Amino acid sequence: MTPRRTTLAAPSTITFLMVLAAFTLAVTVMSEGIGQGVVSTSFVKTLGKTMCLALAAVAMDLVWGYTGILSLGHFAFFGLGGYMIGMWLMYARTELIVLASLSDSTIPATASEITDAVGTQIFGVVGSAEFPMIWAFADNLVLQLLLVVLVPGLLAGVFGWLAFRSRVTGVYLSILTQAMTLALALYLFQNDSGLRGNNGLSGLQNLPGLGHVSQDIVSLWFLWASALALGLGYLFCASLVSGKFGSVIRAIRDNEARIRFLGYSVEGYKLVVFVTTAMICGLAGALYYPQAGIINPAEVAPIASIYLAVWVAIGGRGRLYGAAVGAVFVSLVSTWFTGGQAPDISLGFYTVQWVDWWTILLGLSFVLVTLFAPKGLGGLVDVLNRRSDPK
Amino acid sequence: MKTLLEVSGVSVSFDGFRAINNLSFQIGSAELRAIIGPNGAGKTTFMDIVTGKTRPDAGRVIWGDKSVSLLGLSEAQIARAGVGRKFQRPTVFEDQTVRDNLILALKKPRDAWSAILFRASKADLGRVEELASEIGLWERLDDPSGALSHGQKQWLEIGMLLAQDPQLLLVDEPAAGMTPAEREQTTKILVEAAKTRAVVVVEHDMEFVRRLNCKVTVLHEGAVLAEGSLDHVTSNQEVIDVYLGR
Ligand SMILES: Nc1ncnc2c1ncn2[C@@H]1O[C@H](COP(=O)(O)OP(=O)(O)OP(=O)(O)O)[C@@H](O)[C@H]1O
Ligand SMILES: [Mg+2]
Repeated sequence: MTPRRTTLAAPSTITFLMVLAAFTLAVTVMSEGIGQGVVSTSFVKTLGKTMCLALAAVAMDLVWGYTGILSLGHFAFFGLGGYMIGMWLMYARTELIVLASLSDSTIPATASEITDAVGTQIFGVVGSAEFPMIWAFADNLVLQLLLVVLVPGLLAGVFGWLAFRSRVTGVYLSILTQAMTLALALYLFQNDSGLRGNNGLSGLQNLPGLGHVSQDIVSLWFLWASALALGLGYLFCASLVSGKFGSVIRAIRDNEARIRFLGYSVEGYKLVVFVTTAMICGLAGALYYPQAGIINPAEVAPIASIYLAVWVAIGGRGRLYGAAVGAVFVSLVSTWFTGGQAPDISLGFYTVQWVDWWTILLGLSFVLVTLFAPKGLGGLVDVLNRRSDPK
Repeated sequence: MKTLLEVSGVSVSFDGFRAINNLSFQIGSAELRAIIGPNGAGKTTFMDIVTGKTRPDAGRVIWGDKSVSLLGLSEAQIARAGVGRKFQRPTVFEDQTVRDNLILALKKPRDAWSAILFRASKADLGRVEELASEIGLWERLDDPSGALSHGQKQWLEIGMLLAQDPQLLLVDEPAAGMTPAEREQTTKILVEAAKTRAVVVVEHDMEFVRRLNCKVTVLHEGAVLAEGSLDHVTSNQEVIDVYLGR
């Protein structure tokens, strides 16, 4: 009898990790920072960000593709992770600027004067100078890093506990998750949310105390960190889905009533998956936004979470690499179309401008994939495998 | 014999329709029992009540040595307390292998953490193979269970029940869609299982019930119409009128 496959032995996991490593290395040697300068720093950032999106998509696949919970709110957790790290980045950098400007004055500034000055700098745009309660740990990198996973985890825990306990499933659950991310976005839009309203947090690409390091180099650090997070996150999810836990969650997806009669607490498992994936998304967001430089409430708009589901559907749900490939493929193509690189098509009477038409194209592909290729891009792998080992 | 499950005065209505009407039922800890009755008599609903799927409007369901009420427990808790169930329509996890289906059912801690840390031991895999041979699916262990025939799915579900090692087995129409040879094997397994635990079998096929050779309860319109040996109940005029005569 063949033993159960272990994670590391799964060919798709090894392939994925090797491709990721090779890709990261290739980008590094072609970068402006330490390589040939073929790949621009801004594109290095795009690639790093794309890896973060792929990590979020892998988490989305765990919650949707494997457990069958179509969450349309996981980008809220991604955004929250970004906000949490953004608070530290903004606080620490502003503090350095304030200290530098005060260093000229004859009387040394007191701690509270410094805090006040930092507060005025950060919250001036929303007509305030006071630090809200939620910034209590913003001066402490370690605590703020913990919040990157704890805040999304807590929100997912409370939400999931309420929803799963009442046995809300299917489309009703999807709607609830949309409501959650919408509520979060609306809250963040308020000026007195404590997170600078629609200004969001900015200047996140500047690492405090490392102003002398050029962005060419910083972009590579983040590229590596993103690749590492994606690799480890992938490995973690792959090990979760390969064993008995994976067997239980797929059983929940396929027939949750039946698995209950085997004695499994469906609600408990769903909660574990929901919270774990929310934390992974938080982490992914915390790596994404320093590369983007800015985060604002529009990032957690309901549509963002829907995109996440679209990536996973196009990539192929129920296989982790499919989700990652879907996210990379669709988001890069999207950047190309919306970035103005795609040539407009002139029809004489009408010019197709891709910036506008891209969303329609994407929506159409989503519908077509759902109808005609439910396995998504990942289905191609099956076709290739079948060709290479005819049985 | 000690009573394992005691259902007393249970009633349940669906939109005003009384599917179960003041039903009482008892079974001992190592007993085989057949339940027969016409379509819509409430046999499946009875199982739904015991397993926590349906909450009755009135009555009590008392379980085990400690006489706990099952009514306050969730489906999963009732299953963990030792009640296993096979559904009328075979429901196995079709895109998982026969082996994985059996491993899911194996009597092990059910919480998420234990599932994450679970590694099948030699003993576990041995038990799975033993069960698989018992249900005639040893050669299919690595096939997805969706590829099995209807009868084989029935088998797999029975195998999963045995893997759970419950104190009470509720089996809804196990012989449906089986060949005579398969039925015979099913009878053997159920009779064997009932030596160490309680087994309740719902079945329409009288030949099958006769071979089980056990006490029979006849349900009709949600209540017990007659109870006793098969010969006893089949000679009951009421039973003939509502069930056999048709
Ligand atoms: N969830 C429900 N909602 C409404 N009516 C129900 C529900 N469940 C069962 N019923 C009704 O209760 C009655 C008893 O159904 P049940 O399935 O228990 O019968 P049964 O004895 O198992 O019949 P069969 O031999 O056909 O399996 C039927 O009239 C059925 O229509
Ligand atoms: Mg029935």
